[in-house]
Amino acid sequence: MKLDTSYMGLHLKSPLVASASPLMQDLDNIKRFEDAGASAVVLHSLYEEEIELERQALFNHLDYGTESYAEALSYFPEPETYYAKTDAYLEHLRNARDAVDIPVIGSLNGLSLGGWTNFARRFEEAGASAIELNIYNVPTDPYQSGYEVEQLTVDIVKSVKEAVSIPVAVKLSPYFSNMAYMARQLSEAGADALVLFNRFYQPDINLETLEHDPNILLSTSYDIRLPLRWIGILYKQVQADLAATSGIHTAEDIVKMLMVGANVTMMTSAALKFGIGIFSRVQDDLIQWMDEHEYVSVSQMRGSMSQVHSENASELERSQYMRGLKTYVLKR
Amino acid sequence: MNDQQVATLDGNEAVARVAYQVNEVLAIYPITPSSQMGEWADEWASRGQTNLWGTVPQVVEMQSEAGAAGAVHGSLQRGALTSTFTASQGLLLMVPNMYKIAGELTSAVFHVAARSVAAQALSIFGDHSDVMATRATGWGLLASASVQEAHDFALIAHAASLNSRLPIVHFLDGFRTSHEISKIELMPQSVIRAMIDDNRVREHRARGLTPENPVLRGTAQNPDVFFQARESVNPFYDAMPDIMQSAMDQFAELTERQYQVYEYHGAPDAERVIVIMASGSEAVHETVDALNVDGEKVGVVKVRMYRPFDVERFVAAFPDTTKAIAVLDRTKEPGSSGEPLYLDTVSAIFESWKTVSMPLVVGGRYGLSSKEFTPAMIKSVFDNLQSVQPKNHFTVGIVDDVTHTSLDYDPDYSIEPDNVVRALFYGLGSDGTVGANKNSIKIIGENTPNYAQGYFVYDSKKSGSMTVSHLRFGADKIRSNYQISKANFVGVHQTIFLDKFDILRDLVDGGTFLLNSTASANTVWDTLPQRYQERILEKNIKFYVIDAYKVARDVGMRNRINTIMQTCFFAISGVLPRDEAIAEIKRAIEKTYGKKGTDVVAKNLEAVDNTLSNLHQVEIPTTVTSERQFLAPISKHAPEFVQDVLGAMVARQGDSLPVSALPADGTYPTATTQYEKRNLAQEIPVWDPDICIQCGKCAFVCPHAVIRIKSYEPSIAENAPDSFKSVPARDRAWQDLNYTIQVSPEDCTACGLCVDICPVKNKSQTNLKAINMEPQAPLREQESENWDFFMQIPELPRNLIKTSSIRQQQVQQPLFEFSGACAGCGETPYLKLLTQLFGDRTIVANATGCSSIYGGNLPTTPWAKNEDGYGPAWSNSLFEDNAEFGLGMRVALDKQIEFARELVAKLASEIGEQLADALLDANQSDEPAIYEQRERVTILKEKLQSIDTSDAKQLLSVADTLVKKSMWIVGGDGWAYDIGYGGLDHVLASGRNINVLVMDTEVYSNTGGQASKATPRAAIAKFAAGGKPSGKKDLGRMMMTYGNIYVAQVAMGGKDEQTLRAFLEAEAYDGPSLIIAYSHCIAHGIHMPTALRNQKAAVDSGQWLLYRFNPDLVTEGKNPLTLDSRAPKLPVSEFLRMENRFRMLELSKPDVAKKLFAQAQEDVDKRRATYEYLANRPMQVQGNNEEDEVES
Repeated sequence: MKLDTSYMGLHLKSPLVASASPLMQDLDNIKRFEDAGASAVVLHSLYEEEIELERQALFNHLDYGTESYAEALSYFPEPETYYAKTDAYLEHLRNARDAVDIPVIGSLNGLSLGGWTNFARRFEEAGASAIELNIYNVPTDPYQSGYEVEQLTVDIVKSVKEAVSIPVAVKLSPYFSNMAYMARQLSEAGADALVLFNRFYQPDINLETLEHDPNILLSTSYDIRLPLRWIGILYKQVQADLAATSGIHTAEDIVKMLMVGANVTMMTSAALKFGIGIFSRVQDDLIQWMDEHEYVSVSQMRGSMSQVHSENASELERSQYMRGLKTYVLKR
Repeated sequence: MNDQQVATLDGNEAVARVAYQVNEVLAIYPITPSSQMGEWADEWASRGQTNLWGTVPQVVEMQSEAGAAGAVHGSLQRGALTSTFTASQGLLLMVPNMYKIAGELTSAVFHVAARSVAAQALSIFGDHSDVMATRATGWGLLASASVQEAHDFALIAHAASLNSRLPIVHFLDGFRTSHEISKIELMPQSVIRAMIDDNRVREHRARGLTPENPVLRGTAQNPDVFFQARESVNPFYDAMPDIMQSAMDQFAELTERQYQVYEYHGAPDAERVIVIMASGSEAVHETVDALNVDGEKVGVVKVRMYRPFDVERFVAAFPDTTKAIAVLDRTKEPGSSGEPLYLDTVSAIFESWKTVSMPLVVGGRYGLSSKEFTPAMIKSVFDNLQSVQPKNHFTVGIVDDVTHTSLDYDPDYSIEPDNVVRALFYGLGSDGTVGANKNSIKIIGENTPNYAQGYFVYDSKKSGSMTVSHLRFGADKIRSNYQISKANFVGVHQTIFLDKFDILRDLVDGGTFLLNSTASANTVWDTLPQRYQERILEKNIKFYVIDAYKVARDVGMRNRINTIMQTCFFAISGVLPRDEAIAEIKRAIEKTYGKKGTDVVAKNLEAVDNTLSNLHQVEIPTTVTSERQFLAPISKHAPEFVQDVLGAMVARQGDSLPVSALPADGTYPTATTQYEKRNLAQEIPVWDPDICIQCGKCAFVCPHAVIRIKSYEPSIAENAPDSFKSVPARDRAWQDLNYTIQVSPEDCTACGLCVDICPVKNKSQTNLKAINMEPQAPLREQESENWDFFMQIPELPRNLIKTSSIRQQQVQQPLFEFSGACAGCGETPYLKLLTQLFGDRTIVANATGCSSIYGGNLPTTPWAKNEDGYGPAWSNSLFEDNAEFGLGMRVALDKQIEFARELVAKLASEIGEQLADALLDANQSDEPAIYEQRERVTILKEKLQSIDTSDAKQLLSVADTLVKKSMWIVGGDGWAYDIGYGGLDHVLASGRNINVLVMDTEVYSNTGGQASKATPRAAIAKFAAGGKPSGKKDLGRMMMTYGNIYVAQVAMGGKDEQTLRAFLEAEAYDGPSLIIAYSHCIAHGIHMPTALRNQKAAVDSGQWLLYRFNPDLVTEGKNPLTLDSRAPKLPVSEFLRMENRFRMLELSKPDVAKKLFAQAQEDVDKRRATYEYLANRPMQVQGNNEEDEVES
């Protein structure tokens, strides 16, 4: 049974990639992912904005009340160095690369164009096998056009590609006027892969405290539907490789994603819910499924149900809304 | 000056750099103004910096200066090179060990930032009263006069001590030298290497105790030999002057900086000579030069080595022509025949003068507590020597209208040279003015051949304080170590100062005035008070204006105007060519802010670029248009003393107050902060009565007592101002009353705690609460009127207030108000609560620290009085003795009560049996009963007036003690956990009815955040720069082991009702009580407006346990320990990450942080388990032995 696949020029032993999550902050977890069969790991994201804000808050708090009263001109010793989170991240990246044999992909969320390129370069220096750009902005400015938002994203990809020679993936949201156009733009800008999709934090409201509740909902298998469709549409339409993320929990989910054309499939929520061991179980299930259904390799099934290769390709384009709703009503 | 070796730094750092190099052990303890020397040592050690011998010195923080001296003594006995740094009371605590160390002929150096010793009051500022108190210990005393000398003498002292075997106190003047930033020449390590003789080091080590060569030192000697043995050290003292001078000579060969133990400067044929030590000698040096240029014949003998006093060298230093000598002492020795240096001079001259005609010698005092010492004063000292009958035992620098000791001087006399740029900057503590000026000094000092000097004057309040920066730049060495009075540049960074102070008084004709104002160049003229317009016209002042806040906002720097104002200074002062200056500022920004992130650097650089286009010169009109006068510093309604004396201090005119204006014994009226309206808040809380649930939490947490609640007869509101808010009280007990929450707009500091704690949200707009911040300016007048109306509403009778519930209790009048504490202080709400509950019958013994400063630093006093004139009586003794001090008060009170009761019984027939019985049997367990007793005592006192017997008079003087008093001993963790712990333990063990409140900020807050034993594991603090590796001492549990002490641990932000309950129980307990109160602090590196959330997280994570241990419960067969904290809801790390004192460790030493954070969680788990175990034990009452029961 041949599970190996290629992703952005990296040769992976299986399509099961462990994607960015807080679990990646611990080196031991990264080793566990490798042991459980993950073919690559994407580290948790380095958020430049968060680091800047945190740093500013730190210095504001350390400065607060200083130089005001003769007995207490300051309140803290001055550390020789601040171990910036960025340094810690790069150190972690380096350690992870040394600790495992599978590719280690760094994930970056920049603040400014300079920030994106600067950090991307430092990721490369630290030995990242590839970089995943986690383009995670929610445009809220009513005066910023969709075109500007798109152009900014494209510019980021272009600049980063110019700055580094390792492969660059782009993880992005589905909220573009024309996802396919955007995907092509990014691919042409040099993206080696598109990671579909980013799930945005959507705060709830706590009715008792009347505060926004930042609890994060983990994805479920249902969430595969959106990437499933779009990977199916984009397969062979864009140069870039395709990675599926969001909602992948089972071997069946993986098979579906591969069939629509994903090069790799990424699991996070499942690992958070059931532990890292889920990777080996899912891999066993995948082998078993392929065996039962007489598939000999991953490449054999890859893209088989994509828009370009499937007999009922138009299904992916239609909304399917009416049929879906009717089915639902009947079930009830 | 070799550019490679120059640095701009302050005296403390200049000394610490040397001391660190030449020691193996440093025992440290914080005390202003010397703390920074220990802080540097700790920081360098935590970074692994090595000393002269390539090894990292051991730096150990002790529990007190006495402890530090003991540790030094021990370390020396083991043969290690050892030092400490201290000042004032700290040095006094070292005196016993100093006798021993000298008596044992041990090489050691103490570096002292000389500071006043507390007498009628404490003072943190500089004079020689501390070092003079050590002059009999046998230590050498070496005085340095400038930052350069402090650096040099630090090394000379160590070398001379090693070479002579005599210990030396090396002192520099507190603040004037310890905190002055000056450009100096650093000594390369080769100089240190050459000066410290390793043979002497090995000899020193060889004298250390070792079992390999055992000896015994520290015997007890008897009358037969003690005297002779004491005389055996004489040769060492005889040899010392030569050794010291040789060290100075050797140093001169190495550095070309030559010093003499007694150094003369002036006319070779001088007739009048001043003798002086330390920083004052620089100003005299400068004045001597100026006077001699004018044809006078004067000179100065600078005393560098005061002990041992070398008569021969000293006398030789004077020119033979000397006719009159004035000896200036920076200390006071009341009742003596003269101050120490004067007496030494007199005896030296008398014993050894070299010609037949002996000069006249007079002595005088100057500069106590950093009082300014200027050329004008120095000239008057020389003038005095010229008079027919020179005044002896004079003072200079003050007006003594009581014993008429003072010399007159002309305050306008100035010798400031024209080639020195003199700049004054007025800023707010928080706006970065001082930091920017320190940066400017560095830029000029380290990048140009010019000399640079900076001295900074701070306010007596901790919040909203004004800072004044005095900067000098010039081509020649700057000896002018006094404040600038003839500035050629004045920068005012906040317009609020304009209405308070006549700042342009100090600007020279044709000088430059820079103002940060929101007004434009066209409109700013009309915003100035009349005096400013007059000054600008009279002096032909060049006036520039910038809206620095706008520039800051535009680049996203919020209120940080430091870079902008610094750029303005360089742009218009001409101190450097403009382009060069701008380039240097930019370089400095990259250096200073580099590690703060690229964003911060970019914003600052952008601010520099935007500054120049926003800086405008104002075209000066020809006439004065303003009629605005300065605001009165103090309310017109204040009593005369407050207006005249405290008012002068508030107006920064305290220097002009004559001796007669001040109480001779240091006694001051309370309740005076109410007259000093500081108007600090840009925003104030505004109450929304429609949605308020009247829970009282906002008032409870208000650190400044500016949120008040009253419940009153509705009819009272009829006469209220229109905007006064009054609604029916919601509490069922007060259903016929009205209710108002009122804010004092001019006393509020805008800390925001009230808004954050308010539990109510506006249902239509959830970002609003029942109390919200709104701009102060539009509300100021209206709310001031409302406040005045509110204050005259009668207080609700105390017997109508259920004190056990916050919603009712908070209508009690606070008798601690408007203190100078930091905005949002975590300590003051506890003090305020104490005074609400018991203030009218409370005596407070207050340990030195933050609370003694915001509670007792002049000019005005927050401890207040109620309408009957009752209120807390307050005193501060020392840092280390507060528990004993309070116990003394309690014992005195107990004796007086006992005596009063005896007299009541004795005089029963005269005062009436019934009254006597009622007085003696009164059960004063609650407010109404205490009120009744007060009434009885009033009757008693009336009756006693008419009884003309000795007993009656005696009883009259102690009758008030028959009303129950509440004795409170309060202080911080530095006192309770460290320096005062021995006393606290003893006092709590005494069984007396005292109440101890420890406001635990987990750090020495007042001296700038040094670690105490209350500092939790993993916190970064000064003296624990590498993160505190050990856990917090559990003071409460230690005290519980006595069994008969009420102990509670509280956190008002964790559970306010529990806090209230603990205060009530502690006071009610007829025995010793201890409340340990979690107090958030700016030294935690937290967001202060939401600090109560940090308290809650501390409690919710189990980091801070809430409990009460009430020995009275044992008699009821109950377990005395009640654990008030629920099981932890958060991991400790979540709390730790909310506070930068812990976060910094993660950022600086992630590996250490990981380990210590894990241990911190273990600490919490274990402590919780232990307390649960103790609290859950069933009590088995057997017999009456309480302690056994508690143990069971």
